[in-house]
Amino acid sequence: MLIVRELCKNFGGLKAVDELSFNVKRGTVHSIIGPNGAGKTTLINMITGIYSVTSGEIYLRKDDDIKCVEEDDIKDMIHGHRENITNIPMHKLVHKGICRTFQHLEICGSMSALENIMLGFDKFMSKNIIQTCLRTKRIKEDEKKFEYEAMKYLNMFNLEKIAYKQADSLSYGVLKKLEIIRALATKPKLILFDEPVAGLNPKETDEISQIIKEVANEGLSVILVEHDMKMVMKISDEITVMNFGKKLAYGKPEEIANNKEVIKAYLGSNYA
Amino acid sequence: MAQAVKQIKDILFLIFFLIVIPFFFKNDFYYEIAILSLLNAIICIGLNLLMGYAGQISLGHGGFAALGAYITVILSSIYGISPAVSLLVSLVFMAFFAFVISKPILKLEGHYLAMATLGVGVIIYITVNAQADLTGGPDGMGVDIFKIFGFELDSNIKWYILSSVLLILVIVTFKNIINSPYGRILRGIHDSNQAVSSVGADVAKYKSYVFVISVVIAALAGSMYAFFSGFISPAEASFNRSIELVVMVVFGGIGRVYGALLGAIFLTVLPQLLTSFEDYQTLIYGVIIIFVMMFMPKGIISLFDKLGKTNAHS
Repeated sequence: MLIVRELCKNFGGLKAVDELSFNVKRGTVHSIIGPNGAGKTTLINMITGIYSVTSGEIYLRKDDDIKCVEEDDIKDMIHGHRENITNIPMHKLVHKGICRTFQHLEICGSMSALENIMLGFDKFMSKNIIQTCLRTKRIKEDEKKFEYEAMKYLNMFNLEKIAYKQADSLSYGVLKKLEIIRALATKPKLILFDEPVAGLNPKETDEISQIIKEVANEGLSVILVEHDMKMVMKISDEITVMNFGKKLAYGKPEEIANNKEVIKAYLGSNYA
Repeated sequence: MAQAVKQIKDILFLIFFLIVIPFFFKNDFYYEIAILSLLNAIICIGLNLLMGYAGQISLGHGGFAALGAYITVILSSIYGISPAVSLLVSLVFMAFFAFVISKPILKLEGHYLAMATLGVGVIIYITVNAQADLTGGPDGMGVDIFKIFGFELDSNIKWYILSSVLLILVIVTFKNIINSPYGRILRGIHDSNQAVSSVGADVAKYKSYVFVISVVIAALAGSMYAFFSGFISPAEASFNRSIELVVMVVFGGIGRVYGALLGAIFLTVLPQLLTSFEDYQTLIYGVIIIFVMMFMPKGIISLFDKLGKTNAHS
């Protein structure tokens, strides 16, 4: 689904990400782990167009069907299976099926929970300015339809009771969920979670872990940046470990858990 | 549904108010103040869309209103083009002008954006002062009577009716924008640019759109004021005028449609009420603003909230 090739990001003399390459397969949870300052969030910010890429490339597979299995960049590009999405701004990536959540909540606090979810449907809504100014039937029908859709999402996550509450008045855990629902409302093919359970209690962590796993089971690809190793090991299909901007290791959770270098640099001896 | 009913009620109440209030006017001066209040309210509602909803400050709206007015007046009074066509051309030009300048200046935020819009306003002020051949320079210029399809707006009552109709149209349009996906995105930009980008909306594009709408509304009201008063001078483009408009929005209740309306009416009428205080007029005016901002930081509309006559979204 996503192919990252020799990605670099320099902040002046500091190499925050250094020639990092990895692939994310369709319908899998690919976790990025590593100590603070390893470059995980910088990587996510590059993939989602918030930071410009110093060098390297990011490709998105257009169709992840069985016919399209070549691993050769050039062949894939020629056959149009792969699209270069390097340095494309975030709002454009959403229309290509990539969406994200943020380490520090980015919620519209003055809006209700329902309105925050309706924001997620924005790309599907009619935007004709004349129709908007006249509030035509189509605009009203759109509003009704997507309000119903947003309510369905809130119901799915047992949040229907807080639908009309202002986001500013909601708890941190609920807001984290709202951010995830808003991202899912954009109907993405690939979703990037940046520390989705940071600051949450064990119950909330379990709930969000389950949501992420279900999202992947439905065929969406997931990139997960997280420090909660219990969660990462439980729900990840593949893990890339970063340290000082470089790839330290890559593999399945059990391989990473037993990797001596990873244990030394990040997990600690207690983990093994 | 309840919100739609509430909106219709609010509009009907406003129409009723606009019909009834002239019965209390003792002479033409009352009409003049009322028309000026309504035209100021139109500019403030547009400015409120930009400031109160999208969170983009403008200290140049006096300049934008005046530039629109000057273009309309120059086309109609100097080049003899019909006032209605001149107005239309002016609004199209102002939309283009706003779109072009929005591209660089709306990349700025907070104080920097305020400084940039202030700068554009000052440039407009200097330009209309300097281009005396076209604008009459600091002395200003006379303006012909506004005519449309042979119908002349030659009395205060006609101007009052036109200003009222324009105000109602602007409010209805404003409400329709706010209660649409556009409005949601604008409010989203006010809260978090990242949140809005993460759902696929181009923040820069939306900022440009709202800036254009706001400037065109200002140019419309500015042009109408020039026709109404029969005169235009660079004072309309001054920094003080831009600040006055911002104060009206904040004083009334930023982010509230009827707040901007109340602020514009109150601060247009207040100086007239204070004339009997002569030398102390400005002092009292300032004290009232300070008092209101201290005790009603959400503007005078919050007084009506407490009285239960309006709700938080009106």
